[in-house]
Amino acid sequence: MITIVTLHFVAAALAPVLVRVLARRAFVVLALVPLGSFLWLLAPAQAAFDGEVRTQQVSWIPSIDVQIDLALTPLNALMALVVTGVGALVLFYCTWYFRESDRELWRFSAVLTAFAGSMLGLVVSDNLYVLYIFWELTTVLSFLLIGHNPERRANRRAAINALLVTTFGGLAMLIGLFVLGHEAGTSRLTDIVANPPSGTATTVAVMLVLVGALSKSALVPFHFWLPGAMAAPTPVSAYLHAAAMVKAGVFLVAMLAPAFSDIPGWRPLLIVTGLVTMILGGLRALRQHDIKLLLAYGTVSQLGFLVAVVGAGTRAAALAGLGLVLAHALFKSTLFLVVGVIDRSTGTRDLRELTGLFRSLPVLFGAAVLAAASMAGIPPLLGFTAKEAALAAFLDLGQDADLGAWGPLALVGLVVGSTLTVAYTARFLWGAFGVRDVTPPQVTAPRVGLLAAPVVLAALSLVGGLTGAALTSRLMAYAGQLPSGAHEPSLTLWHGLTPALGLSVLAVGTGLLLWLARRRVSAAQGKVVERLHIPEAELVYHGLIRAIDRLSIEVTGRTQRGSLPVYLGIILLVLVVVPGTTLVSTWDGVGLRGPDNLLQVAIVVVVVVAAVLTVRSRRRLRAVLLLGVTGYGTALLFVAHGAPDLALTQVLVETFSLVTFVLVMRRLPPFFSDRPFTSARRIRVAVGCLTGLAVGGYALLAANARTASPVGLDFAGPARDYGGGNNIVNITLVDIRVWDTFGEIAVLVVAATGVASLIFLLTDRATSHRESRRNRAAEDTSAWLSGAGLIADRRRSVVFEIVTRVVFPVLMLFSIYLMFAGHNLPGGGFAGGLIAGLALMVRYLAGGRAELDTAAPVDAGVVLGSGLVIAALSGVIPALLGHNAFQSGIFDIPAGPFGSVHLVTSLFFDIGVYLVVVGLSLDVLRSLGGGIDKQGEDNGDVEPAPTQVTVS
Amino acid sequence: MSTNVVLVVAIVVLVACGTTLVLERSLTRILVGFVMLGNGVNLVFLVASGEAGSAPIIGSSDEPMTDPLPQAMVLTAIVITLGVTAFGLALAYRAWQLTGHDDVQDDVEDDLVTRRADLDHPSASFDDVTAGMPDEEGEDEPEPTPQVGGRHTDEGTHPREEAR
Repeated sequence: MITIVTLHFVAAALAPVLVRVLARRAFVVLALVPLGSFLWLLAPAQAAFDGEVRTQQVSWIPSIDVQIDLALTPLNALMALVVTGVGALVLFYCTWYFRESDRELWRFSAVLTAFAGSMLGLVVSDNLYVLYIFWELTTVLSFLLIGHNPERRANRRAAINALLVTTFGGLAMLIGLFVLGHEAGTSRLTDIVANPPSGTATTVAVMLVLVGALSKSALVPFHFWLPGAMAAPTPVSAYLHAAAMVKAGVFLVAMLAPAFSDIPGWRPLLIVTGLVTMILGGLRALRQHDIKLLLAYGTVSQLGFLVAVVGAGTRAAALAGLGLVLAHALFKSTLFLVVGVIDRSTGTRDLRELTGLFRSLPVLFGAAVLAAASMAGIPPLLGFTAKEAALAAFLDLGQDADLGAWGPLALVGLVVGSTLTVAYTARFLWGAFGVRDVTPPQVTAPRVGLLAAPVVLAALSLVGGLTGAALTSRLMAYAGQLPSGAHEPSLTLWHGLTPALGLSVLAVGTGLLLWLARRRVSAAQGKVVERLHIPEAELVYHGLIRAIDRLSIEVTGRTQRGSLPVYLGIILLVLVVVPGTTLVSTWDGVGLRGPDNLLQVAIVVVVVVAAVLTVRSRRRLRAVLLLGVTGYGTALLFVAHGAPDLALTQVLVETFSLVTFVLVMRRLPPFFSDRPFTSARRIRVAVGCLTGLAVGGYALLAANARTASPVGLDFAGPARDYGGGNNIVNITLVDIRVWDTFGEIAVLVVAATGVASLIFLLTDRATSHRESRRNRAAEDTSAWLSGAGLIADRRRSVVFEIVTRVVFPVLMLFSIYLMFAGHNLPGGGFAGGLIAGLALMVRYLAGGRAELDTAAPVDAGVVLGSGLVIAALSGVIPALLGHNAFQSGIFDIPAGPFGSVHLVTSLFFDIGVYLVVVGLSLDVLRSLGGGIDKQGEDNGDVEPAPTQVTVS
Repeated sequence: MSTNVVLVVAIVVLVACGTTLVLERSLTRILVGFVMLGNGVNLVFLVASGEAGSAPIIGSSDEPMTDPLPQAMVLTAIVITLGVTAFGLALAYRAWQLTGHDDVQDDVEDDLVTRRADLDHPSASFDDVTAGMPDEEGEDEPEPTPQVGGRHTDEGTHPREEAR
């Protein structure tokens, strides 16, 4: 089964190509997929009717135990046959329906085929979640099909209405399905139906699922989306909005009915909404002039009928309901296709403009008469036998379902609905084909292919009526799940002179009378509508949507003021207040101790003073320098705590960022913009103090709350055995928690790229060092730093240049040593990379941007990229060799007289880290250093370099 | 278990000063505050990881080792702070280039929304919900003619005729 479903999606993917090659004829090819599925399904379906349910399970997400379960129960089999059979005919019909010139066919064909696949998947799924996924797929594809022509605002609105309404129901259903699955302890539908759970939770869950079903099947109060959906091309209306998608709700009700029809609320909800929808849809259909819209309201009415019968939950009603589902699929799709032919042949669907078509389109007329007769419930068609069975079932409803007096009331509703059905059927048939006193429209004879599908479907309505016994035995495979009632139901043309036959005759007779008196009826209807002012569901819905829109803009306007300080302040206050309350209530038992030594006190005093002065300083540079003081102080605290790696990195980062700050500050105004000591600032200080106190409190509490020994202390063994080193912090970074580090260096790459693109406003960063290549022609080999020639002589310092020349290679060597040593001693890729970055920084400071380019004649992007690639490869290669990703290999390579080299492969990851940090430094220096220099020179703010280098 | 009160004092002051600066408008100040806040929070990790001890290097000392896991996390945080600082500085510089200052302004779009809320103007997508009839072909006329009650064919068929 999964094969045929998948085949539909494959066909959908190929459809645009087919349309390009074959144009409209592509539909013939596409129709082969549902047709083949239909033929393939015949045998397993027959087996299902004989009681042998075929199931299939495909593993999908084994880790959370989700499978794709498919099953072909009798109900599923019937629906699958309808979906594929009608689908094939409709696709075939499309070949002649669309115009040659239609340029949207590539999309339409793909979407329609994908829809056929989703629908098939929906009706054969045996798993709550698979069902839901296909359910929502049909919703989305239906949205695309309704919006086939987005040029009209009304079409876009109709598509969105359908999407919102059915998705709302779908979400309610999803919650219901989750609860149902939880209560039942399984997500397999057949298991749930076989052993249904009970209880309040189940009742609520089933009700939520029913909300989904009712919205999908367009029952009151969700009915308004279906007439709007007639914006879709007519084949879509015939398939989605008559035979397939709107039946999904009925299908779901039918599936759950054997298990849940006795839970409180089931019958009242379904029978009442069903019959109200049936009557309302019938009344609305009587007022339509567009025959397609007339059919749409007729569909609403019929769906109400179906849900009421299928939801009644007795054996007789179940049999009748399934018969009706089949009958409706056949006759309603026929009628829609007939409308499509009329539309194509005459150019109008307005029944006031059509006349004499029974003469000019006789074959079509024949098909329409058969289908209409089936809809009205006239023998010998399937619609008659099914409706007869429904009437019989409702005659016994009070007894079978223990409804008492409500049973006859439901019967009355059913008869009224059937009467209206007869009336609007007559209106349709007379309207489409009858003779009236207007200029006959120009009729172009339809192609044979266009007529084939409606004729076949209409013939099947007839065959279905004549083969009642065969159908009964098959449908009983489903209906037999329900307990037997007062009579054993069957679909047959002649039951004898039963009350049901009498009701049928009554409905047909009254319906025809209603039609004969149509002028008076419609005048009366008009008066009632004027008098009562019943709000139209669609207008209520739009009012609701507008209200939500309004609410959202008010809420957004009130809460989203656009001020970052306000947002941050709110977040911080929540941080203070919510966990703070808990903090106060659990405060006791926090033990404090004094400083470990006086040095610690001294450091903290310096840090505190520097921090407070930073806040108070009005000069940018002073703020930055004081920040540096707090940073170095923190590093010293790290040392005192016993974290040499942290201290090393902190010192290097602090130095690097201090210089970076200064590089930018030199261009910004020396003072911060004026800020009066207003209440706003007082609030800032207050929020800051509160946050500080709260965080301090959390730190105390967290330190005291420890009950287990830290997991980190157990790292020592694995670090040595699997990581192959002694520095546990470094091994944590490159091995134990390597994924974190990998994520981090990716962030660094992004940040570096961001810096460069903000300064150069170019994606091509190579420009900066290409400039230096040009300048290198004028290289001055005798100077200490060859690239420094770009700096004005007045700003050069020979001592600095000499020191740089000497120190740079030492620093670079040291950085590489740190990277290698990091496995056993403080150091590692980060520290090494930062040292290298500082070395480059010194070169830049001494010799300007050209000197930096001489020192590192590569594009920063290349360094960053190769670092990331090396790090990634160190993860991928072990995985390719069959180990875990990033698993370290430890090798002792013999090196002759030098003993052996101890090589741990995580070193390569550290090399990647090193390169990324160097790349970041390079990017920062090129952008915030060299880039800003250049822009300053271009603006005339900085003294440019002499054009000719003449140092002797 | 007791906690070193001096470190907690450092945390409180660093976080308080950092937060105050982050709440400012000037991007430079925000960045300074951000770095300071980061230092404070890194100290929180240190305090929460337990008492001071020897460096987490196997074989370096016989004293009890400090917990290496928080240290690895803080190390990551320090380097990330560097990346963010550099990016923020580039932003500040760019803002100064474009506007002459580096103050973070209120969001203009948010201001528009607020103004629309004050004027009670929701979106126009659901205005005139009855206008036009859905049809699979044709398009809206540029100047919609006034509707005659319910006669959808006025709009429904004419453009279609033209299309043929």
